[in-house]
Amino acid sequence: MTTATNTTTAPLDAPPALKHGEADDRIGLRSHVRHTGALIRRNLLWIRNNPESMFDALLMPVVFTLLFVYVFGGSIGQSLGGGQDAYVQYVIPGMLAMMSMTIAQAVGTGFNEDFQKGIMDRFRSLPIGRASVLIAKISVELLRMLIATTVLMIVAVLVGFDIESWTGLLAAVGLSALFGFGVMWIFLTLGVTMKSAQAVQAMGFLVMMPLQFGSSIFAPTASMPGWLEAFTKYNPMSGLADAARGLMVGGPIAHGLWVTLAWSIGLTVVMAPIAIRKFTNKS
Amino acid sequence: MTRSDKNPSNGRNAVEVRGLVKHYGTTKALDGVDLDVREGTVLGVLGPNGAGKTTLVRCLSTLITPDSGTAYVAGYDVLRQPRQLRRKIGLTGQYASVDEKLSGFENLYMIGRLLDLSRPEAKRRAAELLERFSLTEAGKRTAFTYSGGMRRRLDLAASMIGQPAVLYLDEPTTGLDPRTRNEVWDEVKRMVGEGVTVLLTTQYMEEAEQLASELTVIDRGRIIAGGRIAELKAKIGGRTLRVRPADPAELRTMAADLDASGLTGLATATVDAENGTVLVPVQSDEQLTAIVGALAERGYGLADIATELPSLDEVFLSITGQKASAPQDADTDPTREEVAA
Repeated sequence: MTTATNTTTAPLDAPPALKHGEADDRIGLRSHVRHTGALIRRNLLWIRNNPESMFDALLMPVVFTLLFVYVFGGSIGQSLGGGQDAYVQYVIPGMLAMMSMTIAQAVGTGFNEDFQKGIMDRFRSLPIGRASVLIAKISVELLRMLIATTVLMIVAVLVGFDIESWTGLLAAVGLSALFGFGVMWIFLTLGVTMKSAQAVQAMGFLVMMPLQFGSSIFAPTASMPGWLEAFTKYNPMSGLADAARGLMVGGPIAHGLWVTLAWSIGLTVVMAPIAIRKFTNKS
Repeated sequence: MTRSDKNPSNGRNAVEVRGLVKHYGTTKALDGVDLDVREGTVLGVLGPNGAGKTTLVRCLSTLITPDSGTAYVAGYDVLRQPRQLRRKIGLTGQYASVDEKLSGFENLYMIGRLLDLSRPEAKRRAAELLERFSLTEAGKRTAFTYSGGMRRRLDLAASMIGQPAVLYLDEPTTGLDPRTRNEVWDEVKRMVGEGVTVLLTTQYMEEAEQLASELTVIDRGRIIAGGRIAELKAKIGGRTLRVRPADPAELRTMAADLDASGLTGLATATVDAENGTVLVPVQSDEQLTAIVGALAERGYGLADIATELPSLDEVFLSITGQKASAPQDADTDPTREEVAA
């Protein structure tokens, strides 16, 4: 080691340091629950103090539904063999799929801001499991997703959507939450590694646009060119939209369900360890 | 200078660092740092931007892992017992790390819960600390509405929730105005009075002198000098007296008179024509008094009189013979201690 020769780095009579035993302590389950609870409370207080942060969850379902139904509803509805009513039945389950991905994106920007603002340093210097921070964030985002879904369903009914199966609706909501959970790990990783919240948002936009529009969310895929149709077949957004459609208004479910489950589990298994490792080791 | 004397050290080191190394790519942020802080004392770590001060604090607060070396803080091994250590430390960074979207109270309550206090305990402790840091009134507002000084005080309060044995203050007053800086200094002095061990990083010699009993000077990841403040000051020279004659025409005669009086010791008085002042290095309060007395006796009218501590640059110049390695901001210039004229 390099100690300059002409200096005294420490008092010559430096006394010994006090030392405790070898082992580190573990954080018990009850503590984990308490810590996660305190952090969930923090995220909820954020929403209470800044209601505008709910704009995306509250307004997007309204705006998108009205735009798509009234702008494209007539013409796409015709190709579905009906009119605007047929399109409503088609597009609402798709909107449900889109919502899960859009809300999941917010987890990344929020997380990134925590790092920029220095509050993450405070959390990471406290004796808490670092996973608590992640779990709290994800829990609150899932709650936001449920709120957005509720708003979506209210608007849907107002524009004439018929819910054919309530259990199907619940299953579709559960499936989209599961997929959203998988996607959140991508955005958490981006949130930890990107330099700014804007960069996270830009990156998210780049990933989301092709996945959302190159899918069966807004329009049937049969008239798309072959290569795009092949892409949509395994695009999880198509899978989720098709499965939700099948569950809520009837139609084939199996393929969409498998594609969605495979992606959700795959993303979680691959991305969660990466996100946690990046989060824990971030310097 | 009482702070260095009220030293409750019982002779153990609360912080003991040996050979700490941290690289970022090819940059050596820490290049073999050794340092000790005795229990109940304040060690000032003085250095320019980029010297490695923040990296040191981040290593010692378990935010980053050093590449090699050992560090014990409050009796725990920083590398092997990070969770136990985190119960014993408080950290107040250069940028106030409070959640500005929460109220002052909610910030402190949340940290209390994260430190395993029960709900009533966490509430009581939050209220207690708001009171102590004069934030009770502001406690209900979101921290976003706070002034810089209030945020820094909330940050200090947050660091104190767990009653830490060792407190890291990473440039706690950088960017604050002088009045707010004094408030923060007063709070830090109070904490030290309560027996907390403090590792303080700073770019200001004045801040180190106000708060620390011992000083370590760091540059490019290496410790280049260390010791008690008084010893170090003797090594790098004392204060500079700056006198402004009421009549600018008297500048040169005043300097010559002072040299002739023999009161300047081995040094000589220099004229700073640009500022209209005469500069005299002084080693003691007695010498200062004698010089001021001599000027009055000779009938000089004085417009201003002040003493200055050596600037960070001057400290570096006298230790290394070189300028500090990183460019300095304008606000790292020496701060003036006004003397009653």
